[in-house]
Amino acid sequence: MSLATMFKRNSLLDERSTWITSVVLIVGMLAVVVLHALPTDHAWHLNGSVVSLLGKYLTYMLLALAVDLIWGYLGILSLGHGAFFALGGYAMGLYLTAQQAPLAPWQAVMAHFPVAALAVILAPGLLALVFGWLAFRSRVTGVYFSIITQALTFALMLAFNRNEMAMGGSTGLTRFDELLGFALAGEGMTVALFVASGVAVLLAFWGCKAVTRSRLGRVCMATRDAEARVRFIGYRVEHVKLAVFVLSAMIAGVAGALYVPQVGIINPSTFAPLFSIEVVVWVALGGRATLYGALLGALVVNYLKTVLTGVMPDAWLFLLGGLFVVVTMFLPQGVAGLMAHLRRRREVTA
Amino acid sequence: MSMMDSQRMQRLREFARPDRVFDFMAPAESPVDVRHGPILYLEDVSVSFDGFKAIDNLNLTIDDGELRCIIGPNGAGKTTMMDIITGKTRPDRGQAWFGSRHNLLQMDEPQIANLGIGRKFQKPTVFEALSVNANLELAMAGDRRVWKTLLARLDHEGRERIDEVMEIIGLSGERDRLAGVLSHGQKQWLEIGMLLMQRPRLLLVDEPVAGMTEPEMHRTAELMTRLAGQQSVVVVEHDMGFVRSIARTVTVLHQGSVLAEGSMDEVANDPKVIDVYLGGDESSDVREGT
Ligand SMILES: Nc1ncnc2c1ncn2[C@@H]1O[C@H](COP(=O)(O)OP(=O)(O)OP(=O)(O)O)[C@@H](O)[C@H]1O
Ligand SMILES: [Mg+2]
Repeated sequence: MSLATMFKRNSLLDERSTWITSVVLIVGMLAVVVLHALPTDHAWHLNGSVVSLLGKYLTYMLLALAVDLIWGYLGILSLGHGAFFALGGYAMGLYLTAQQAPLAPWQAVMAHFPVAALAVILAPGLLALVFGWLAFRSRVTGVYFSIITQALTFALMLAFNRNEMAMGGSTGLTRFDELLGFALAGEGMTVALFVASGVAVLLAFWGCKAVTRSRLGRVCMATRDAEARVRFIGYRVEHVKLAVFVLSAMIAGVAGALYVPQVGIINPSTFAPLFSIEVVVWVALGGRATLYGALLGALVVNYLKTVLTGVMPDAWLFLLGGLFVVVTMFLPQGVAGLMAHLRRRREVTA
Repeated sequence: MSMMDSQRMQRLREFARPDRVFDFMAPAESPVDVRHGPILYLEDVSVSFDGFKAIDNLNLTIDDGELRCIIGPNGAGKTTMMDIITGKTRPDRGQAWFGSRHNLLQMDEPQIANLGIGRKFQKPTVFEALSVNANLELAMAGDRRVWKTLLARLDHEGRERIDEVMEIIGLSGERDRLAGVLSHGQKQWLEIGMLLMQRPRLLLVDEPVAGMTEPEMHRTAELMTRLAGQQSVVVVEHDMGFVRSIARTVTVLHQGSVLAEGSMDEVANDPKVIDVYLGGDESSDVREGT
């Protein structure tokens, strides 16, 4: 049995796009690690700051995956997913600061990695559980839901800005030293965090793929397209939404936790409504309901952002807005949809 | 009728031979208690929207295994009545019972669906982004809890049931096509197929033959007739030819309450009914299609 047929037999990987995405992710990750390991004077050497930057992109890709899971498949447009990302980030930030001096006595418990790791998942998960339970139970949908998610992240931004929260106020949490006993500044740590992010993306991608390909995934798509029908068939739509929403929030939390040690800071600006909207633009641009589209969109837009904010910082927001308008008008299925369209055309003409 | 259609009809007859009860068609185990009376019982139900009485003191009783046709001019409240039975709309007053044990007014849509009331919408509603096969699979009776749904696998029995239903609704050739690309009539059939997969005790079918061709209509009539007996079926339809071909008891709804009830001939000759159908701007004549 060749490797390809083995992969095909695996129910998780029987779709070509899944297969290609996995290979690209793995090869890309290995390439970065190898290029980084080259001697510093080698022409192809990647220095640590580039690896960190790529690691940050990976955490954004993870966040985009979380958004695509609920927006693409369930039709729930969350404009507040930055909140879950930030909560995961703050949990990690508390762990890192607690290594030296916790900002408040209760935060000492966060110095234990297992506690912190649990908080990374539970804090966003619980918020999503309570928020989602209230919203889905009263059948808040569509644009109303989007608006209250914006309100949610905005409210949290205000709260985290307050010094009474003992979360570092507007400065946030920063000046981290070590993670799991290893210095954060070390080159080895940079690579380790990059690899951890890459593995997280890969696992989350497979996990989301498994969910969307299951019967539950089809119930999600059915809910997206004809919610009432799903109810009359006997599915409890609000439970389905809640479960997937909580899963999505947890993925976003993990993304935030991986983001913080790589950029070295977490502050209330991550709760800014604009950031959550940006995430949605990544997914829209990459293409909804494909998962790989979300990964692609997050990577491309953030690369563009890095390049362009360096050249002309003021133009970025206009460009982002412009991109969004162009995509919604001309590429409703995003880049992924365009690629699928071109492939079909080629198959027809061939 | 084309060759294909007559074959399908043949198959349908075979499948629903009255002397043989296919277990997969038999309603799923249901806790509904019909020992002491009807399967559906509506009493003095009223509902108004912004002061407009859509349902006004409606009384309706459906017996177990009955096939009931409900007719009435546009806006008579037929769809609203189904909304009340299936938990979508809460009435202002009245009672709605499923069997003698289940108070429908205390349950929501999924609970009612899982108790065994299946519904076909007036506007065909199928899951357009999913294949025909997946549409039927989702509707298949089974454990609907989130975790169970995530882990659910289609077993051999399930596959056979899907195959059979696909055969009956004449969509075997379209198995892997997306429901969104089907014709209007095919979507109607797919939705009926989804009802069959649910194995309900009571089927509420809102305008099943709208947009169907003549042979498709015949097949639908045949299917409805065969289903009754194992299930109770309530059909709302404007097409008088269709109603006449399946009707045993007909209920005429007008302005939210029952105007007349009886055999097709009785109601067709009822002066009140004639008045409603001819007096109003309603173009369809209750006596047409004879
Ligand atoms: N949710 C609602 N809000 C306001 N008015 C409603 C609502 N649902 C139904 N109505 C009104 O109630 C009346 C009955 O509507 P219903 O859809 O039950 O009629 P129907 O008998 O099914 O008619 P048709 O044959 O056209 O399908 C109509 O006048 C309709 O406008
Ligand atoms: Mg109607």
